[in-house]
This record gives sequence, C-alpha cells and structure tokens, in this order.
Amino acid sequence: MTGAPVGGPPDPPALPALPALRAEDLWKAFGDREVLRGVSLELRPHEVVALIGASGSGKSTLLRCLGLLETIDDGRIFLGDEDISDPRIDGNRVRARLGAVFQSYNLFPHLSILDNVTLASRVVHRMPRADAEARAMGLLERIGLAPFARVHPDRLSGGQQQRAAIVRAIATDPEVLLLDEITSALDPELVGEVLELVRSLAAEGTTILMATHEMAFARDVADRVVFLDQGVIVEEGAPSEVFGAPRHPRTREFLARFRA
Amino acid sequence: MTTHSPSALEIERRAYRRGRQGRSILIAIGSTLAFAVIVWATVINTPGWAKVQATFFDPAAALEALPKVWDGFLINLLVLALSVPAVAVAALLLATLRTLRGPVFFPLRAFAAGYTDLFRGIPFIIVLYLVGFGLPTIVGVRLNTIALGVLAVTLTYSSYVAEVIRAGMDAVHPSQRLAARALGLGHVQTLRRVVLPQALRKITPPLMNDFVSMQKDVGLISILAVIDAIAAARSVVAVTYNFTPYVVAALLFVLLAIPTIRLTDWYTARLREREQAGAVL
Repeated sequence: MTGAPVGGPPDPPALPALPALRAEDLWKAFGDREVLRGVSLELRPHEVVALIGASGSGKSTLLRCLGLLETIDDGRIFLGDEDISDPRIDGNRVRARLGAVFQSYNLFPHLSILDNVTLASRVVHRMPRADAEARAMGLLERIGLAPFARVHPDRLSGGQQQRAAIVRAIATDPEVLLLDEITSALDPELVGEVLELVRSLAAEGTTILMATHEMAFARDVADRVVFLDQGVIVEEGAPSEVFGAPRHPRTREFLARFRA
Repeated sequence: MTTHSPSALEIERRAYRRGRQGRSILIAIGSTLAFAVIVWATVINTPGWAKVQATFFDPAAALEALPKVWDGFLINLLVLALSVPAVAVAALLLATLRTLRGPVFFPLRAFAAGYTDLFRGIPFIIVLYLVGFGLPTIVGVRLNTIALGVLAVTLTYSSYVAEVIRAGMDAVHPSQRLAARALGLGHVQTLRRVVLPQALRKITPPLMNDFVSMQKDVGLISILAVIDAIAAARSVVAVTYNFTPYVVAALLFVLLAIPTIRLTDWYTARLREREQAGAVL
C-alpha cells in the first residue's frame, strides 16, 4: 500500500458514452468443461465488433450468454444500464430487445417468410398485423425477397434463408444484433450476399457483435476485433492492429492458419 | 420435350425394360390365379363351408338385422363425434403440462406423467366398468350412458394421444425453440406458435392411427346400458342364433375406418415424398 497516490488514480479523461452491451468477467462451464473463463467485453452504440477464434474457443457460447439464451455461471451483463444477468429480471423482455441470427438460419419451416419476419412484432411487441406486415415487406423489398414473402423457407436458397433470418432479427429494431457464424453453413458463392446485408446494416449504425471466420470481412467492416482463445480474450483492438500486427503469439498462430 | 433423340443403345435398353415389365405382369396374373385356386380348394370347396356361410354370411339375416344395427351404429358415431374434440383438448392439455418448467409446476407435471402412465396401463374395458357402472353408483342417480361412454373413451385415449403429442414436441429441433426464445417469445408463446404447429405435422400419421383405433373401441360401450351397433347385433343373435348381425356390425366399423386408413396412407406417402424428393431407388 506504500506509494499509492493520495486520492486514488487520476480521473479518466472523458466519460465515454454508455456501452450498448457490456460483459464483466463472464464464466460458463458445461459440466467439467470451462468454456468462458472470465470474459469482459464492451460494445459501444453503433459499433461493429468481430469475434474471432478457433472452433471451440467459446465464441458461440459467449454470444448465447450475452443474448440470455444460456445462463452464466458468474459475472454480469449490462444492456444499456440494466443488469440483465440478474435472475429477477424478465428474460423474455430483454431478449425482445436483442436480435440473434444463427449459423443454421433456424427459420420456422411451418411459417411463410413474411410470417417468420412478423412473428415477434405481432406476438411479442403486440403490433397490429397490418403494420407489422407493411414494415416487414419494406425490409424484404430492400433485400430483394419481397417476391418470396408468401412462400415457405424451404423454397429459398441458403443465402436467401439467412438474409430472411437477418431481417427477422432486425424487424423489431433490436438494440444489439448478435450474429453467430452466419455464413459458416453457406455455399461459398452465397456468402457474399449475406455479408453485403451485414455491411449495409453496419453502415446504418446497427450495433453488431459477430462471431465469424470471414477474416477479410471482419477486417473491412468491423470497428474492433476480439480474439477469443480457450475461453479468454487474448487480444483485441482495431482490425489493422489485430490483423496487421498481432501482439500475442496465439493470435499470430491462429491468423497464420487463415493466410496459409 | 427435349430435342434429343435416343441412341440405338437406349432404344435397345427401353425394349428390354418393356420386355421385363410384360413378364412381371404375366407372373403377377399367374400367381394370383394359383392363389385363388388354393383358397377355393382349401376353404370354399370343403364340407364345412356351407355351414360357415349360413352362420356368418346369411344374406337374409343380414338384411333383417341391418336397420337395428344401423340405428345402434349411429350411437357409436355420436360417441365418436363427442369423444374426438374431448380427447384433443385433454391430450393437448396433458402434453403441455408435461413441458412446463419451474418448481411451481411440479405437481402438474407429476400429475400429467402419472395420469398417462396409469390410463395407458389400464385395460379400456376396466375404465368402462368403473365409469359406466361405478360412477352412477357413487352419484346415486342414473347418468346419461352416452356421456359416460364419452368420458371413458376420453380418459383412456387422451393418455395415448398426449404421449404422441409429447413425442412430436420432442422431435422439433431445439434450434427452433432457441430461435423463438431469441425473438423474445415466452415459453407458452413458443409452444403455441413454433413447437406445436411443427409437432402436429410430424405426428399426423400416428394420430390418425389412434383415431382408427378409437373408431372401433367406441363399440365397447355396448357393455353399458346402451343399444349401439354391437348391442343391437347381440340382441338379434340372441333370438336367431345366427351370427350374421355381428358381421354386419363389423362391416360398418370397417367401412368407417377405411377412409381414415386410406387418408393416413396418402398423407404419409406425401410426407415421405416431400422429405425424400429425388430418391427413387
């Protein structure tokens, strides 16, 4: 305790804007396997953060924990200024404020594309069907899927399904969009159209946290890159830093595999 | 049509396939004729056949019994018509109770589990005795026999159907539930909007099978004080000692079941087609 400056550390230079989403020291284990080992992460409003790391590094689990689709073992999660890891809060209400897209699209096969997109608006947000559909049609029009509004998902290509799933997630204006390796299940020639949609959402200021293996895309679109290794954030920074001059040996090793 | 004209090789192959096809048809005709001869020789052309025909298939006795049996059959149809919605509601409720989570719902979960175990285990005829004769004894007044029959059918069949529905809900991939929860849907909303509609599509064939089974089990209410098709047939048999009225009743039940059976076959084939599009071998 000797030598500590009187009055504590100096004040931070300026108060940053309240993060859209903030995780503090998250821990999560499945049985004996510790998947997240003290992850802390901040997502500022309108920021696009790419989460990279090997399979099994904990990317998906982190996204699911942040989306309240998995309970955490320890730590805290804030959405805006609300502690959403508090078991006393209503999880459904929180999930309704977030958007999530998964690797396997998970569109509802028994509903038309339009009903998929409007389901949450109608059922969770109690929007009148006509309003929800007008809004959904606008979104579908934008991504060129309006002609498919009345058909069921199995008639669409993988890329079209995934874009419909993204539109479903943004139809309710989520505060944060969580994307979990959304192009990993797609044929290579279909990846582009999905990434284009994400790029345009990013340009509009959507707050996005995306786990991805598309390094070129992450480098191009993300404001910040976070490298997760064995449940720990090993390195994070601007794409030019992480991709251009990785500091940590594990990061270098991981990225080398993508350059090979 | 395509502009491609088949090669000599392909024309030869097609001729070969046609030849095989013709041969298959001849074999089918031959084996059917042989089978008919065997049946004729071992069943019909026997000394006892005339007696079998007179006891079970007497046209005059059939015609005489038909009006009575038909009136009784209408009672079976009424019980069936009332039981179907009752079973649907009760089974759906039981299946839903078993999916509820949280300690508050423990007694409901346990009740639903115990109920389905119990009523799938008890022979239907015992349920009929307990409900049809036991219940009026407890209450001390005459109760509508048809209502008692419907209650007994519902008690037993809702346990079967509930298990089928639950199996269907389990068969919906967990990722569907995940996607619904990610959109903010609650447990019951997820069940109603996402899980159940998909589950019902999957379980239509087994559900229709249970329906066929129910169509004939409504005949068991004949042990109660109600003149249904079987009881009507029995009353005729008791006088004439000819068993044809039972066959008449049986025929009516078969005629009732056939459309459902065919519909199940058709629907199952359609599902298979959709799932295995392209696979022909």
